[in-house]
Amino acid sequence: MNAEVSPPVAGLRRPDGPAKLAGTARYVADVPAGDALVATMVCATVPRADRAVVDASAARRAPGVAAVLTADDLPPLRYEGAVGQSVLPMTDHVVRYEGQPVALVLADTGERSRHAADLVRVTYEGVRPVLAFADAEDTVESRPMMGPADHGTGDVARGLAEARTVVGATYTTSDRHHSPIEPSATLARWDGDRLTVHDTVQSVSATRAVLATAFGLEAEQVRVVCPFVGGGFGCKGYIWPHQVLTAAAARTAGRAVRLALTRAQMFTSCGHQPQTRQTVTLGADAEGRLTALRHHSVNATSRHHEYAEATTDACASLYAGPHIELRRRMRHTDRATPTPMRSPHEGPGLFALESAVDELAYAAGLDPLAFRLRNLPARDALTGAPFSTHELRACLERGAERFGWDRRAPEPRATREGDELVGLGMAALSLETHRSPSSARVRRTADGRVRVEAGTEEIGTGQPGVLATVAAEVLDVRPEDVEVVFGDSRLPVTSMTAGSSATMGVGSAVLLAARAVREKLAGGAEEAEAEASWGPQEGSDGLGRKDTMSVHAYGAVFVEVRVDALLGRVRVARCTGAYAAGRIINPLAARSQMTGGLTWGLGQALLERSRFDVEFGRFRSKNLAGYAVPVNADVPELDVFFVEDHDTYASPLGAKGIGELAPLGVSAAVANAVFHATGVRVRSLPIGIPDLLEGMPRD
Amino acid sequence: MSTHSELPLLLTVNGEKREVPDCDVRATLLDVLRERLGLTGAKKGCDRGECGACTVHLDGRAVLSCLTLAASARGSEVTTVEGLAASDGTPHPMQEAFHTHDAFQCGFCTPGQLMSAIACVREGHAGSEAEIREWMSGNLCRCAAYPQIRAAVAEVAAVTAEGAEGEAR
Amino acid sequence: MKEFGYTSVADTEAALAALREQPGTRLLAGGTEMLNWLKEGIERPERLVDITALPLRDVEPLPGGGLRLGALARMSEVAAHPEVVRGHPALAESLLLAASPQLRNMATLGGNLQQRTRCPYFRAETGDLPCNKRTPGSGCAALSSGETEEQALFGWTGECAATHPSDLAVALAALDADVLAEGPRGPRRIPAAAFHLTPEQAPPERHSALASDELITAVEVPGPAPLSHYVKVRQRASYEFALVSAAAVVEVEDGTLATARIALGGVAHRPWRLTAAEEALRGADPEDGDAVYAALAQDFAAARPLPGGSNAYKAELARRTAVRAVRDAARRHGAASGTTPEGSDQ
Repeated sequence: MNAEVSPPVAGLRRPDGPAKLAGTARYVADVPAGDALVATMVCATVPRADRAVVDASAARRAPGVAAVLTADDLPPLRYEGAVGQSVLPMTDHVVRYEGQPVALVLADTGERSRHAADLVRVTYEGVRPVLAFADAEDTVESRPMMGPADHGTGDVARGLAEARTVVGATYTTSDRHHSPIEPSATLARWDGDRLTVHDTVQSVSATRAVLATAFGLEAEQVRVVCPFVGGGFGCKGYIWPHQVLTAAAARTAGRAVRLALTRAQMFTSCGHQPQTRQTVTLGADAEGRLTALRHHSVNATSRHHEYAEATTDACASLYAGPHIELRRRMRHTDRATPTPMRSPHEGPGLFALESAVDELAYAAGLDPLAFRLRNLPARDALTGAPFSTHELRACLERGAERFGWDRRAPEPRATREGDELVGLGMAALSLETHRSPSSARVRRTADGRVRVEAGTEEIGTGQPGVLATVAAEVLDVRPEDVEVVFGDSRLPVTSMTAGSSATMGVGSAVLLAARAVREKLAGGAEEAEAEASWGPQEGSDGLGRKDTMSVHAYGAVFVEVRVDALLGRVRVARCTGAYAAGRIINPLAARSQMTGGLTWGLGQALLERSRFDVEFGRFRSKNLAGYAVPVNADVPELDVFFVEDHDTYASPLGAKGIGELAPLGVSAAVANAVFHATGVRVRSLPIGIPDLLEGMPRD
Repeated sequence: MSTHSELPLLLTVNGEKREVPDCDVRATLLDVLRERLGLTGAKKGCDRGECGACTVHLDGRAVLSCLTLAASARGSEVTTVEGLAASDGTPHPMQEAFHTHDAFQCGFCTPGQLMSAIACVREGHAGSEAEIREWMSGNLCRCAAYPQIRAAVAEVAAVTAEGAEGEAR
Repeated sequence: MKEFGYTSVADTEAALAALREQPGTRLLAGGTEMLNWLKEGIERPERLVDITALPLRDVEPLPGGGLRLGALARMSEVAAHPEVVRGHPALAESLLLAASPQLRNMATLGGNLQQRTRCPYFRAETGDLPCNKRTPGSGCAALSSGETEEQALFGWTGECAATHPSDLAVALAALDADVLAEGPRGPRRIPAAAFHLTPEQAPPERHSALASDELITAVEVPGPAPLSHYVKVRQRASYEFALVSAAAVVEVEDGTLATARIALGGVAHRPWRLTAAEEALRGADPEDGDAVYAALAQDFAAARPLPGGSNAYKAELARRTAVRAVRDAARRHGAASGTTPEGSDQ
């Protein structure tokens, strides 16, 4: 017997595929390092202390050790710009979070470097008690990055008074870690006052800027190289202390230095998605129209850095509502600093909102799909701005049709097959479209070959294929005839490969450059080269947003779960995602982005939770056995499709971002399906067997 | 009985005899491949046997090179992703199928996935979609190309089975 | 990882001599546990003796349908062995539901039984946390932190509440298997159900009945036990340790249970045999979940969730898992023999 063979989806096979499949694509840790010293970080094991006292005497005597650097040994460094947190460890002796580096061992081989790191003895003076999420106070950001912390329209109290049905509940999401399979790595080499760094980053240009600032150099004196990133998902976006410290160590040691974080260090060195606690109150009138929406949210952040999850804002593009009240808070706690993680903001936020909408639909006796269709907004419900495009209805209706939503029994706990309770759930979703300026260079030579150059990194989204396709279309060649050169700060500057913005930004720059080349060729030139930049409209903010237009990508996700009636074990049996995300450049790679994203949602729903140990002020399991991400067996066949959408307001390409779209709403759809299957409403993520067992009678 | 803290290590890697004259006995097979033999295809994702990115074939079996002491692999035959293509450079059918089905994204786990996928077919665990799912679960893919990986494995399994039938005839 | 010496031996005598000669000698087989202990500093041996060349790899039938499994047989080899699949399905299932294909290709039966707890404090990347198993006398972080979802229900003390992670050990306990060991005091036979030690039985740093100068040579499984089944419950669909598990070995006469032996995993530092249930289940209808559940009452009366109760759910979950294991073991009656656990959970 053989497994059924499904034909591949049409589209451009990745031009970066052969190198990745042959094992010859060089990630940072694969770059030949010559005589580079191997660095190992020694990290604090307490969350907060006045002073870490480092005894490196035994380590310094160990075989192969060139140096052990502590706060006493490093040059003055400025840590500013696109940095992950507000303090740079090892510039003083204070311990500000568990896992912060307190010493850096440099040795000739990995075995010797790691062993010497084991020999470093660290003691702590003035260890302070842990301030945990449950005990910390709500605070407001001093400089809100994601729009106002308090936002609203109308009068929610009035809206609730007008409602016939009101639901309100508190939802929680867990601390999660990005856990790319590639640990962050840095290889730094100085040549006089010029610095070359191979670094696992989502922006070579931002990394160059931070390093230049750190060492008081001009940008031109720093080169950052990173063609391939082995997954980032947000944790390689901002520039973290270990990257700067590695470059500083190389300068101090007078030799190239390379560092690869251990898996355990990945849990404290480059961010995480912080736990959130969200309260949603909704009201609906007799016709099933939303009369009031209140969404209050608070998330954990570190003691020294402001990071706020903008969980509350997606409602304005999903629902019409005259009365809305949104509030966003943080709590400073003893932990390493959080950072955006696929998907930030709407990711945790839509779990709460779309669970609450499901609860409201049941309470009002309405089908959850019908309820959403009844409440579609005509304009942004908060600002009144028109939508650039808004294909949510098409996503809901066509997704429901493909999924077979109309065959759903209205009552919960109504379907059983063998040992399993079967449930269907759905959620609507929207992703704010963030846009950033980028530039690119395009050249066509006399032999008809096209070369595209842009600083951008290939992180798995398929950027080389996207850029080849865009240039090929304009210049009327095959994508296979386009060479794309990327991943080097010497190439034209591009925005961060983050926030689902790269295709819009870099792709649009390539489009404009290719058009300029075409014009030159039309003028009779045999060869032509042009560089172009693209950025969001005049008057947009730092995230590419403009008040006069509401720009979002949309989707609807439908899930069937099967819950073991005796054991409470949840498995997702099938899933359909319908998306409106602007023009899709490469359907093959775009489908993979969406199925991958859905799996991120499944992980959020059912598996991913970094338990924070309040007593010791640390994440309890800093490994991939204790922090479970989905494996192949967790993931069913995933049905994804795109509805027609072409948003030339968002970008000249007509494209929008997709990478962070697909994880959205999945956790709510799963929770809603679990309720439909079992009658048990779980309001905390991930949904675990203990959550279900109590509410499930044994039968 | 003689004990060693450094050993001369002789391996056959991708069909070639390779020698590491003074191998630290603490070194894992993964570190020897990457640091001493310049074969960086196998990746260090966790170094604790929790991700599968370091999967290689050791005497024909898929194993985790991060949990294999290089010294204990003395005299063994090792196949890494670099050894999959034919000598003329033609990709292995599994590499081709991964490309066609878009069974990878960032590519970092891909060498390990390929080694497991080839073992999965060879050992006869690709008989159904459910079986492939289970037998490919020792390799994490954070980009989550899982359905595409299954499609690639199923395709190669089907072609392999056809080939075997053809030979039988 | 500190420096150590390395050597390999070719026979059991030499391995035992090596253990005897030099304190600080540890044996290396599949390496899937030892390498992690070395990397975390949980083990700091002076010398590793590689025993993979020892002739302890065969799976041989015993008179009466039992099996003798060499200590160095790989998990994957045993799981695929036709005699195991036919005569001892719970054993095959416990192996196939464990770890990953690559790990099963490496890990040996003897090594599997010598796994140590997956308690996150024992396994932490630092040795600075209290853990009586890792640093005797340092305390128990799991008990003091209060978040104890994975911790033990049975046999724990104020010193340690860890559980043992082996799936295989649970199946072997239900199958009444014996672990065969050799040492300077000669060969001995340890019942699988008594191989691991709870902190009630020995200080937490003692993990098993095996002495530091002894070596496991084989596991003997009586049998056959065609009506046997292993159920593993976990959040992730594969490649994860059990929250709880249950192995059941039954005999069925006229549709009711003639005998039933049940062992639980994930609830103690050893497989936990439900001995009272073995009597109470006699004559019960394995399809009658209420009756089977009721028959487990006496054993579960001894379950002690930890203070704070965050692992209290485990008592109910383990009891239900045992109900499922008994039912599905009995359903093998009259069904075609052999198992192909596919998908992942059953």
